[in-house]
Amino acid sequence: MARYTRQARNRPIPRLEPRITGLTIVLMLVLGAGAVRLYYLQLIKHHQLSELADRNRIRLQRLPALRGLVYDARHRPPVDTRPSFDAVMVPEDSPDVVTTANRLEKLLGEDGVVKKLDSADDQGRPDFDPVIVDERLNWPQVVALETHQLELPGVSLQVNPRRHYIYGSLAAHLLGYVGEVTVRDLNRLPDYRMGDEIGKFGLERTWEASLRGDSGGQEIEVDSVGRRLRLLREIPERPGNSVVMTLDLDLQKVAEDAIGDRAGALVAIDPNTGYILAMASHPTFDPNTFAGGISTAAWRELTTDPSHPLSNRAIQGVYPPGSTFKIVDSIAALEDHTLTPQTAYNCPGGMYYGGREYRCWRKQGHGSISLHRAIVESCDVFFYNVGERLGVDRLAQWAHALGLGRKSGIDLDNERSGVIPSTEWKMRRYGERWYPAETLSVAIGQGYVGVTPLQLADLAAAVGNGGTLYKPQFVKEVDALDGTPVKMFPPVVENQLHIDPEVLDIVRSGMAGVVNQPDGTAHAAKMDNVIVAGKTGTAQVVKEAQGQRTKENALPEQYRDHGWFMAFAPADHPQIAIACIIEHAGHGGSAAAPVVKAVMQKYFELNPPQGGPPAKDPDAGKHYAVDPLAD
Amino acid sequence: MAALDRRIVYHFDWTVCVLALALAGAGLLSVLSATWGNTRHGLDPLVVRQLAWIGIGATLMVAAALFDYRSLGTHAYLFYALAIGLLIVVAVAGHSTGGSRRWINLGFLKLEPSEVAKLAVVLVMVRYLREEPPRGGWNLRHVIIPALLLAVPAVLVLKQPDLGTALILILISATLIFVGGLNWRTAAVLLMGAALAAPMAWHYLKPYQRERLVSFLDPQSDPLGSGYHIIQSEIAIGSGGAWGKGLFKGTQARLNFLPEQTTDFIFAVWAEEFGFAGSMLLLGLYTALIARGAWIARHARDRFGALLAIGVTGIIFWQVAINIGMATGMLPVVGITLPLVSYGGSSLIAMMAAMGVLISIHARRFLF
Repeated sequence: MARYTRQARNRPIPRLEPRITGLTIVLMLVLGAGAVRLYYLQLIKHHQLSELADRNRIRLQRLPALRGLVYDARHRPPVDTRPSFDAVMVPEDSPDVVTTANRLEKLLGEDGVVKKLDSADDQGRPDFDPVIVDERLNWPQVVALETHQLELPGVSLQVNPRRHYIYGSLAAHLLGYVGEVTVRDLNRLPDYRMGDEIGKFGLERTWEASLRGDSGGQEIEVDSVGRRLRLLREIPERPGNSVVMTLDLDLQKVAEDAIGDRAGALVAIDPNTGYILAMASHPTFDPNTFAGGISTAAWRELTTDPSHPLSNRAIQGVYPPGSTFKIVDSIAALEDHTLTPQTAYNCPGGMYYGGREYRCWRKQGHGSISLHRAIVESCDVFFYNVGERLGVDRLAQWAHALGLGRKSGIDLDNERSGVIPSTEWKMRRYGERWYPAETLSVAIGQGYVGVTPLQLADLAAAVGNGGTLYKPQFVKEVDALDGTPVKMFPPVVENQLHIDPEVLDIVRSGMAGVVNQPDGTAHAAKMDNVIVAGKTGTAQVVKEAQGQRTKENALPEQYRDHGWFMAFAPADHPQIAIACIIEHAGHGGSAAAPVVKAVMQKYFELNPPQGGPPAKDPDAGKHYAVDPLAD
Repeated sequence: MAALDRRIVYHFDWTVCVLALALAGAGLLSVLSATWGNTRHGLDPLVVRQLAWIGIGATLMVAAALFDYRSLGTHAYLFYALAIGLLIVVAVAGHSTGGSRRWINLGFLKLEPSEVAKLAVVLVMVRYLREEPPRGGWNLRHVIIPALLLAVPAVLVLKQPDLGTALILILISATLIFVGGLNWRTAAVLLMGAALAAPMAWHYLKPYQRERLVSFLDPQSDPLGSGYHIIQSEIAIGSGGAWGKGLFKGTQARLNFLPEQTTDFIFAVWAEEFGFAGSMLLLGLYTALIARGAWIARHARDRFGALLAIGVTGIIFWQVAINIGMATGMLPVVGITLPLVSYGGSSLIAMMAAMGVLISIHARRFLF
């Protein structure tokens, strides 16, 4: 009892004790649970939550790289970078985005602001990200924007570097243009952001990877309302490399001026390298209209223009080669020994074959004619016979070997391969057998045959250099910003033909005659200081008219024939090879040859002819030395 | 009196005193860190004020320790009436911030009557429950009066609205009634009744309170709205890792991603900068304080002292549990401060005074 009393005195609240003890245990368990939760958050999920904390506070600001320049062969840039005044809008800062956007559209007199905002929204860009809603504002637009600043909350002006094409449309098809990256591109290219410039056409497109450079970035610490506090890290942008072309802007200018207002194309190649010296196509366009984001109306006008200004005729235009194809006939037949230089045919002005008359362009005929004169005077009947003896398949093999009917592999989009028909091709294409009479059309480069100006320039180069087909290239070097070469592009031999040098000699002498003999079809291209070798051609536009030549000027322009001229010079060791077509201009000798001559004159003015002195008499082409390049 | 004083000094409970001051110190450091860089020169006014509150609170704690806690019983109803009066004043003429009227502006201090109400409810509850329960414990009939004593301030606090404090009032009353000797069967009935009533309570919740509940169950349902608090708090705590980012280096707090960082979410500030080690230290201090409080209750001289110690300890416990539970995403967001640590004069002073009462109960365990 005493013990109980003492205990009771020590424990004045006996009835409370068990519950206090129980409660204490419960409280400790709860606190223990808190400790477990903290262990989970701070030790197990630490990595993940750390990342989230960084994502909270770090904003990545991209610094787009300056686009690399483009230089011509003599290091003159046809492009530069100009400041562009762009209207920028931060959706978050505008209480009523749609109203503001509509007001801005009205003020600038241009639509597309709402569309740009929508597309930014579709990409899930946060509202605090500025969106470029209109580019390249002109001065009145800039003034209007500044004046009405208060009515346009969230809209501001920003100066951005933009591509500018100094000479406007000069070499537009080759240079191409840049434009704003599209939503489709964005899905494909992770490195691009909306508003970025991207090459859309031509060199700008195919050399995009070199020109673009690497955009840099800044890691900026921001607080919860997005205020920038400090720069954490900066990765400097690497400006794009510059691309050095093989093109000579002077030559390009002469070529384009010589083509003038007519539709047509010209390709000039260095036959010893395959480097493109000039590549013109007309009608053309001004790439500057694209660089700022082209308006819908301007785009529609360009794409629906029946003269196809956006099409690069030099690689996309497929035309019947006409009489220029006779060079292929000659080489093929001589190599196959179905023809000798002495073989003669009679040309009475036409021939009957398969119950139909095939006429020579010269109504009165050429009489008895052999190869040299047949090339010089472009006798159709002679080559009808040559083709007929050779057969279309053999001809097609040679044409292919000489680079026709297939893509050259030039670094441009949309190159077309053209057509070199054969019995197998016709069966595949039309499910029909080949009619021998069709071979006659092919022999004079009509009918199914289709080639591009680039292919004919390649052909001229290969004939001139002794049978080497180079891959046509228009870029010889990619340089870093400081000018040190990053990559060089030496000539690439695509195909080395083993043509008997004597055969080539005969053909070349014929081609020299075309220009230099008084009765040659391209006497207009004759130069004083250099022997030019060439071949004219006429591409028929109206197929029905085949074989029944009409007088050129009697036809309305759109039915008139296209005039071809392909040439190289100097004839014995060529430095330049050119093919030129002028659409609806009639005979090549009168339309295209002067254009080629103008380019050659400029070329030899800039690069004086090397090697032996020009021969005096017009037949000198017959006895020059064998080209060392031919093996 | 002089002789008594010496014994009180002799039995002064340094454990509670040191733990309370340590927690207040940790709170001051957290407030300092959360406000670091807000002003260019000197300390943020918040820090200076908190320091002043700690001073006042510590003085009050010592005073309360020297004070005979039994006289609190005598004046319990008076104190209770005073608290109710203040709650009515705040309802009529209170200073409102963020849509709720919680403060009476006294100039130097924005008095928060709900902090006073917590102590008053504990006091009046203990005063009523100090009578020994009959054999077999209290049943439903005995609980009616304590329930009414709770209901008046609880409704007034809910009207402010301050769901958090109302919750604390209910929890602490329930704790006291249970420990005081509630019949097990009655406890079970009440618990079941509460469980059944909970869904009905949904209708009485304000829209923002419902939103908080929904976003607690699925924070990602509205990550920038009501789920934001939970997400940012978890990020802050988790990114602290084992050892923390270091004082003044917590990015979540410094860059204001963390909401209410000097009050409701101050734990996240601490945990971000001092990591798991720091949060264990803080949790350890609380655990020690709560354990010590329970020990004091167990060794109290009388029922009144024991229950009073349970009441004070219970306030600490429930607030710590709910606040940390909320900061770590285990509980929905309700505005409850971390006792002794969160910024706020009323809360700090009331809590330190309560610690003084705890010391007083301890010191007098061998007296009378």
